Amino acid sequence: MLWVNNIEVVYMEVILVLKGVSLEVHEGAIVSLLGANGGGKSTTLKAISGLLKPEEGEVTDGNIEFNDIRIDNKGPEDIARMGIVQVMEGRRIFEHLSTEENLKAGAHIRGDGSSLKHDLDMVYNYFPKLRDLRHSTSGYLSGGEQQMLVMGRAMMANPSLMLLDEPSLGLAPLLVQEIYNIVLRINSEEKTSILLVEQNVRAALSIATYGYVMENGKVVFDGEAEKLRDNEDIQEFYMGLSHMGKQKSYREVKHYKRRKRWLG
Amino acid sequence: MMIVETVIYGLVVGAVYGVVALGFVLIYKSSSVLNLAQGSLLMLGGFICLQISQWLPGGVWFFILAVFITLVIATLIGFSVERLALRPLIGEPLISVIMMTIGLNVLLGGIGYAIWGSGNFPYPTDIIPIGSVSILGTPISYKYIFSLIIALLCVVFFILFFQFTRSGIAMRATADDQLAAQSLGISTSQIFRYAWAIGCITAAIGGIIIGFLIGLNSYNTPVLGLRVLPVVLLGGLDSIPGAIIGGLIVGVTENLAGAYLDPIVGGGMRDLFPYILIIIILMVKPYGLFGWVRIERI
Amino acid sequence: MHNPCGVFNETYEQDLAIFRTKTQWGLLIGAIIIAFTFPLFLNSYILGVLIQIFATIIILHGLNILTGYCGQISLAQAAFAAVGGYTSALLSEWALGAALPEWFPGIFNFWITVPIAGLTAGAIGVLFGIPALRLRGFYLVMATLAAHFIIIYIIVHTIGTQAQTLPAPHLFGLLLNNSQSYYYVVLVALIALSYVAKNLVRTRFGRAWIAIRDNDLAAEVMGISLFRYKLSAFFIGCLFAGLGGALWAHYTRSITPEYYHLTYGLWYLGYIIVGGMGSALGPFFGASFLIILTQGLAEVISALSGTFYGIESYLSAAREVLFGLVVVLFMILEPRGIAHRWNLFKAYYRLFPYAH
Ligand SMILES: Nc1ncnc2c1ncn2[C@@H]1O[C@H](COP(=O)(O)OP(=O)(O)OP(=O)(O)O)[C@@H](O)[C@H]1O
Ligand SMILES: [Mg+2]
Repeated sequence: MLWVNNIEVVYMEVILVLKGVSLEVHEGAIVSLLGANGGGKSTTLKAISGLLKPEEGEVTDGNIEFNDIRIDNKGPEDIARMGIVQVMEGRRIFEHLSTEENLKAGAHIRGDGSSLKHDLDMVYNYFPKLRDLRHSTSGYLSGGEQQMLVMGRAMMANPSLMLLDEPSLGLAPLLVQEIYNIVLRINSEEKTSILLVEQNVRAALSIATYGYVMENGKVVFDGEAEKLRDNEDIQEFYMGLSHMGKQKSYREVKHYKRRKRWLG
Repeated sequence: MMIVETVIYGLVVGAVYGVVALGFVLIYKSSSVLNLAQGSLLMLGGFICLQISQWLPGGVWFFILAVFITLVIATLIGFSVERLALRPLIGEPLISVIMMTIGLNVLLGGIGYAIWGSGNFPYPTDIIPIGSVSILGTPISYKYIFSLIIALLCVVFFILFFQFTRSGIAMRATADDQLAAQSLGISTSQIFRYAWAIGCITAAIGGIIIGFLIGLNSYNTPVLGLRVLPVVLLGGLDSIPGAIIGGLIVGVTENLAGAYLDPIVGGGMRDLFPYILIIIILMVKPYGLFGWVRIERI
Repeated sequence: MHNPCGVFNETYEQDLAIFRTKTQWGLLIGAIIIAFTFPLFLNSYILGVLIQIFATIIILHGLNILTGYCGQISLAQAAFAAVGGYTSALLSEWALGAALPEWFPGIFNFWITVPIAGLTAGAIGVLFGIPALRLRGFYLVMATLAAHFIIIYIIVHTIGTQAQTLPAPHLFGLLLNNSQSYYYVVLVALIALSYVAKNLVRTRFGRAWIAIRDNDLAAEVMGISLFRYKLSAFFIGCLFAGLGGALWAHYTRSITPEYYHLTYGLWYLGYIIVGGMGSALGPFFGASFLIILTQGLAEVISALSGTFYGIESYLSAAREVLFGLVVVLFMILEPRGIAHRWNLFKAYYRLFPYAH
């Protein structure tokens, strides 16, 4: 459903951030986008959702197609209307609005008032905590509750593709697990495809079907989630595992040579 | 009984301030622009309505028609001001925005002055019946009652609008976080356009009320726009109820100051007191009584 | 300086082969020399306009420091100019009227009252700067607006709305009561004060102001005392306003509160924006451009008044429309003002014929 075709992104007409990124997300898939800080993951999401424009960024090469329609020169409103909603990094709730008003703002593009109640119930069903907090000012919610709120808010737009940027940022492991379970449920029950950006590689690969690894504005690895999980480079550089045992010294020599050789 | 009378008149004047202050707050809330051109918009709205009503045959119904036409024109003015003047300034620093609205104020004021000259223009007296009702033993003329009702209607309307409608919530969301609003498909440029339209509409309503109360004047009416600034800041720049409460406080205190301080200091206190009040309030509460305290990080 | 085009041509031919810095020196000295010869061939009307421009530039230097460098947007500059004008007027009057020793009124002359006027305006500026310490953005704008109204109120209610007269200055026994002679007073003041203003922003004060403008919270955390530096900006800004206001008042020789209407406070802000905020040249460009433009408009309208009967009554409206239009257009097309264009032009000229 989503094709990102060799795109190049430039900020403020000078800062080249993405240098030819390609990826695809199929109907109903959970695809995760991994990589070190500053690799360009958020930029890729913003290129897809059209939010580059307000930040003075631009797709200068390549193209992005969603359901066979080119979207790389459309504004964020149009793209959201087509069914792609991004949940931005850093829990950007509308802090002076109540929880329920935040959710209503999420349903803005829908316009049909009749299903609003139904959708609110659906979100509260996924995130029961939000129901109890629905009249409180969202600025005072805890970090975890705010993360649930922004995800619920995005669901209110009834997207066919949800772009999630680091939903686990700063959350306790148990809560991360909870959020991920909900992501899985949303994917299977609402038939929403998901493109998930994560630092938490292990967690991301545990729910994803396919993964891409980005570094310095390029995709350096991609493959089925299982393959990535078993890949030694990924394990060493992104999951922090190292291979213990008698081969250790030999490994270390080899490791030295192998260190991120794809960067060279 | 003097004090009762003073307070009641203060409340009426305060309600009018409240309506005009609403225009400021609405524009500020959705686009973070303090519109210093509100005074000229006020004057233009009042004059346009008067002019149209003079072209139409007399009578209450035609006057109401004139009001509606005025509101349509005000909407168009709002759209064009936003498009031509404010849109190019997105991302520019505060001073540019302030200066732009000051420039607009001077420009629109000059245009009004060029068209209508410097005279005093009272509104027709046959629209609102002459006479008064007695409140707590004080006669209050109908035009004040009428102004109060219109002001309260506006307030209730906008509170409901922002609390319960789709566009109202979208406008508040945009005020909170533009980028997040865009990510949800809310068109911020559309929101700004609406905010300016609403701001101009409230200005026009304010201008019409002022026309009934004291008449219009191309020199003094724009200054009334500045007079409302203490009201806005008192209530806090982003609070709708704050605009109204601020309006009432300023209306009452300036009337009291006029009644009780003028004999001591020799006049003029009514005009000055709001500014003294605002200095005192800002020293104690730098974000007004109900304004959002911006959380700042380095 | 105040007349860049003409001056530029002169020295361009003379100093073509000299270093850039020397070119600048040449430009400066050339401009000053030419400015000194103006009274020899310009009539008093034009000299009057020049005096107005110079006094305005002095006032704008203050606003430029306060708003352009320290970031404290002020609408009250006209009121502080009023403080200057009225202080000098009252001091002169008091010295004449009071039962003072024979020699004493002579000491309270122009050369003393004008600096006192400046200091008074500065002190009152500090007074209003104190509530402004914690304020930012629109809230500060509001406080300065309140300051304007309060100051004008006090003037109206203690001194009154009737015209206040001021004496012309004496120098070495000469009475400087015409445009030709008074022009030199204002010109020298302008040169000295421009020098002070330009150098102030390069001291530790200037650096602290800029830090406060760019981020007052960060500046404070870095150890810059907001109290000290914000108030010093208010002091300097209002000092210049007082000096400029007093100099102008001694030229018109008669002032009323109408001379210091809020409109002028707004216009001053417009001048520095059009000229270029936070640039030492901004006040020169802004005041010259806009004052010449509005004076030109007045000329055009009075020239047309023969053919179009009653057109003069539109003068003040037309002036407002023109001013508003210029400000609005500048905000849209060149928010950084003429000074920025001037820098671009200089760079272009220096690098010609290459683009970079
Ligand atoms: N608005 C912008 N203007 C200029 N440069 C930007 C902008 N946004 C991001 N960048 C630069 O683009 C690069 C990639 O940023 P991006 O936010 O896409 O990284 P990321 O992979 O999401 O990192 P993280 O995991 O830390 O969130 C960074 O070097 C960043 O400095
Ligand atoms: Mg990121």
